[in-house]
Amino acid sequence: MKDFRYIDNIASLKLDRDACIGCGMCATVCPHRIFEIQDNKADILDFNACMECGACALNCPTDAISVTPGVGCASYIITVWLSKLTGKKVDSACC
Amino acid sequence: MEPYVDGFVKTPVGFVPRVRTKPLRSDILGTITTRIGVDRHDYKVIPGLYCVGAPTPESPVLVTANYKLTFDSVRMELDNLNAWILVADTRGINVWCAAGKALFSTEEMIFSVRSSRLEEIVSHREIILPQLGATGVAAHKVMKGCGFKVVYGPIRAMDLPEFIKNGNTADESMRMVTFSLKERVVLIPVEIFLLGKVLAITILMTFVLSGFGPDFFSLSAAWDRGLAAFWATLLGIITGSAIVPLALNQLPWRMFWPKGALTGLVAGILCALTVSGTSGFLESTALILWTSAISSYLAMNFTGSTPYTSPSGVEAEMRQGIPLQVGAALLALIAWITAPFMG
Repeated sequence: MKDFRYIDNIASLKLDRDACIGCGMCATVCPHRIFEIQDNKADILDFNACMECGACALNCPTDAISVTPGVGCASYIITVWLSKLTGKKVDSACC
Repeated sequence: MEPYVDGFVKTPVGFVPRVRTKPLRSDILGTITTRIGVDRHDYKVIPGLYCVGAPTPESPVLVTANYKLTFDSVRMELDNLNAWILVADTRGINVWCAAGKALFSTEEMIFSVRSSRLEEIVSHREIILPQLGATGVAAHKVMKGCGFKVVYGPIRAMDLPEFIKNGNTADESMRMVTFSLKERVVLIPVEIFLLGKVLAITILMTFVLSGFGPDFFSLSAAWDRGLAAFWATLLGIITGSAIVPLALNQLPWRMFWPKGALTGLVAGILCALTVSGTSGFLESTALILWTSAISSYLAMNFTGSTPYTSPSGVEAEMRQGIPLQVGAALLALIAWITAPFMG
């Protein structure tokens, strides 16, 4: 994926190293391989590769990771914006 | 009986359908029609337990979504393997999108394991989930909820045989998403075909608008100018929905809207040059702006099909791109409508 990089310094990913127990689930599930376990603690190796899918945070047994997960899809975001304007429920006819 | 079922395997809780690992003509036809957007939202498999080969209580359990394209891509990789396939009810949506929508979820995993009575069929307590399902599933909560340990398997179904052979371990390459040319090419048809209705209305509108002039309405102008606008629209779609995905990593900038604006600009200039015999400066400008705006918007929409764009990033680029796209489209419209009166 090194040919495909998106916008830097924008992901909402946060890691609380004190809460981390080094189980390695984040490193397992991350589709961009941004975590590494060193000395029983997770480390973020490549922050800017984060696509905020939320897999790491959801699978962290101690809630040491937080990220605002979502769908990185323009037409979905437009639907959400429109639904805020019209007050209609979001119809997830996206993918 | 569904054509992809070729028999049944007896288990303590009843017969489990065994599915083929080679595609039938009906599978291939279904894949094609789905890829071009026909019946895309209703291409489903009935959720529940299936199997391939001659599985025993020790055989692995592979969990997948009930979108038939997904189900097919899993079973076609399992030739000569004995395995159980647990199909979760994701309302006919693929694993990653379903995980993002909380359909391929912790609750759904627990429900699927329980309702299939898996603990009476297999002797182990492990289910193998596609890694991309992790966006919707908390492994430790599935364990708590049904006693089955979630093992995250490879991202791609094609790596399943290797993963199982290696004792349920995935190497780094199996865990990393890719976005190869082939993976991008298969996405293009649906990007274009899904435009269907909006496109038809847009083209109709451009023909009508093209007819207005000093003589109020001229059919020949509607046809001639409408055709130019039609080509500009089509070129914008091709550059935004096909050229940008194809040349994604060759085009400059990380954001998608400028990639589309650039390809659209080039196509728009070509379009204006081709019809320049019949149009003046205003009309040429209108065509270029129109093609660029459409291409930029569609390129921006392609973010939803990639495996690397973060929602924070997409929102940021939309705040930049949309005002420019709307501005360019409006300017194009004004220039197009006023041009006949300037002649």
